Amino acid sequence: MQFHCHRLANGLTVIGETIPTSRSAAMGFFVRTGSRDEMPEEAGVSHFLEHMAFKGNERRTALEVNRDFDRIGAEPNAYTSEENTVYYAAVLTEYMPQALDILANLLRPSLRQEDFELEKQVIINEIGRYLDMPSSCASDHAQKAFFHDHCLGNSVLGTKESITALTRDQMAAYHRRRYVASNITLAVAGGYDWDRLIELVERQCGDWPTGEAPRVGLREAVGSGRFEIVTKEKVEQEYALLLSAGPPASSPLRHAADLLGMAIGDDSGSRLYWELVDPGLAESASCSFHEYMDTGVFYTNVFCDPENAEQDISLACKVLHQVQCEGIRQEELEQARNKLLSHLVRSGERTSRRMFSIGSAWTYYGTYRSIDDEVRAYEKVTLDDIRAVLDRYPLDRVTTVALGPLSDLKTPQWG
Amino acid sequence: MQQQLYQHTFANGLTLLAERMDHVRSAAVYIQIPAGCVYDPPSNLGLARVLSELITRGAGKRDKRELTTEFDRLGIDHGESVGLMSMPFWASTLARNLPLALRLLADIIRRPHLPEEELEACQEQALMDLSSLEDEPSSRVRVALRKHLYPAPLSNDHRGTEEGVASLTLPTLRAFYEQHFHPQGTIIGVAGNISWQPLLDLVGELFGDWKGSSGVPIQLGPEPSKRAHLHKELEQTQIALAYRSVPIGHPDYYQAVGAVEVLSGGMGARLFTEIREKEGLCYSVGAGHTTLKDRASVMAFAASLNHQAQRTLDKLIEELQRLPRGIDEEEVERVRVGQKTALIMSQESTGGRAASLVNDWYFLGRIRRFEERLAAINALTPASILAHLERFPPGDFSIVTLGPKPLIAS
Repeated sequence: MQFHCHRLANGLTVIGETIPTSRSAAMGFFVRTGSRDEMPEEAGVSHFLEHMAFKGNERRTALEVNRDFDRIGAEPNAYTSEENTVYYAAVLTEYMPQALDILANLLRPSLRQEDFELEKQVIINEIGRYLDMPSSCASDHAQKAFFHDHCLGNSVLGTKESITALTRDQMAAYHRRRYVASNITLAVAGGYDWDRLIELVERQCGDWPTGEAPRVGLREAVGSGRFEIVTKEKVEQEYALLLSAGPPASSPLRHAADLLGMAIGDDSGSRLYWELVDPGLAESASCSFHEYMDTGVFYTNVFCDPENAEQDISLACKVLHQVQCEGIRQEELEQARNKLLSHLVRSGERTSRRMFSIGSAWTYYGTYRSIDDEVRAYEKVTLDDIRAVLDRYPLDRVTTVALGPLSDLKTPQWG
Repeated sequence: MQQQLYQHTFANGLTLLAERMDHVRSAAVYIQIPAGCVYDPPSNLGLARVLSELITRGAGKRDKRELTTEFDRLGIDHGESVGLMSMPFWASTLARNLPLALRLLADIIRRPHLPEEELEACQEQALMDLSSLEDEPSSRVRVALRKHLYPAPLSNDHRGTEEGVASLTLPTLRAFYEQHFHPQGTIIGVAGNISWQPLLDLVGELFGDWKGSSGVPIQLGPEPSKRAHLHKELEQTQIALAYRSVPIGHPDYYQAVGAVEVLSGGMGARLFTEIREKEGLCYSVGAGHTTLKDRASVMAFAASLNHQAQRTLDKLIEELQRLPRGIDEEEVERVRVGQKTALIMSQESTGGRAASLVNDWYFLGRIRRFEERLAAINALTPASILAHLERFPPGDFSIVTLGPKPLIAS
């Protein structure tokens, strides 16, 4: 496995891992833009634009984009988050040039008016789909409640109203502002020839506009500390989410935060598992750490019968409070580490996982991280590092959202 | 690429299959026990689901905490689930820990404690699964579709029913375990960085002396009605539709799958193109082929905002009925390339390979080599798929909808 890196004159960065034995190649364009970069009147535009990218440009119509991807057996896809929009595909090595051609063109869409109106309907359908899924709704509410006036609270999908009001010209302006070459990284992993790849990228992307796409509003979030009840009478279960602050992606504490989240709330053998899932009190109870560019969040989720909700939320709070006061034990740290490292090494065997891994590392840390680099960083984490995370980011300062049939819930007692 | 495949059937009927993959550091195991929810007693639907939860709560010389800790200490990713016909146990790990993973799984499968004091918690888990299904419209409509496609117990869902789960007792669970956990019909698949002889010796040591009787026949109930509407106030109406197809092993099997791929494989496939791309009627739409040993079906799904749902159902039926009337060479070329790519990429995953070995053995009694599958894909033509569709045209649909208003199936 060898690492390569190249920067085009316009600022587009290309990074790659070559794995000579691999018969496939995975590639992804990581655009550093998402719902946090939207103005209020543009809510949902990043994600809508991701859909519009597949509608083609002067080279291909929407149906031709689909047809050409199919011709090379690519299963292209894309996702939009608060911070990133990623377009990716995995193909057999021999189809790499065609895949790059189609994928690169996605990032320069024509945004035809008729396609825009038609796709609006698809997006509104997608919003309807999420509204029918209480766990997704709860996440959206929780994100908003925790971040309140921080731009990471912006919804990725937007609302039916914001999407309906959005115009094609607003989208085009957003595209000009955010899709500049210096704001984009192409990550490739698998079996392919690096020099040939760079030649192709120069040809496909060399004329992309350059410029700056600064990200504003960068600051650590501590969370509003609110306790919100969202009543939905027709929902069967209660979906409770407890969010607390954590270190940002740039922090040296991020590996410790990852392991801490796992020790508290992995889906087996963790504190929350033994406290809530094993005794059959909750359908699921988990905690995981997620890093953003300027901040981080520990997401603790408890999904349960409404009649258990008050007790379960209190138990989850008790776990968080106890860890805050006493930390975790050495064997819990080791257990979390073993699980994480085994997973890390195994996931390295899939080219698409490697592509995502190096692409997001580059986007967040501006550096290449091999599997061995990551393994070493996790191996170094000590209980002192865990303590440092807890001291800096108190786990028991939570923002809570409970969505479900309940209209009344007591604020949990700590300790 | 020469595949390194191995197979051995022990005297007690248990079959071990393996594939050595030189380029990986990991290994995966997939153990299929013939104890799926199809065997749930009618008065205790959901039994297999509860058993799958209880069975990991202590086994061999370890209690539940020791068992969990041991898996975690070794970094072994593992799980179990309940299918219609079988209960699979799987584990994925760095190759050097595979023997330990197999030892732990052998304990769970052969020496579970099934402790009385844990039963209630497992029942609670299963009951919460049932109520969370109500909050997942797309899953709920799929479960309902099976009820209007196959006779009981082939229509069983692993979640069972509230009464079935709540009334379970430990003796009933134990009796089920005794009856269905046996070597005959159990298949173990292993893939990854492994050596055959030590693996064979180890599995012989762990399972060679296992004894037990053979399978239990299934009594089919009456054919169900083919239409249903489930009422719920939702933003979208969920549409699920199915029709009969041919099972794996049937001479038409690859054509049947090819026909479904014309509808739903890839971005340029018909359902996505006609219903989403051209009309914007929905976000998700698709179809898939699912097979049992003796029967199979094609299931299609779509979800659409309520005011567009009727149009979506009409378009869906129209597309299915249009299929036998003509397929282009270009469409079939897309199917061939897509399937070939998926086949090659599936060779990257040890977990996927282990499950695939077991699947082949369960359905066909042999392992399909890469070349065989590739040749079958390359042999697909518009004429061969159309000939299949003439023999087995889409029709006689089972249709289930979930939403505020019923739809009319023309």
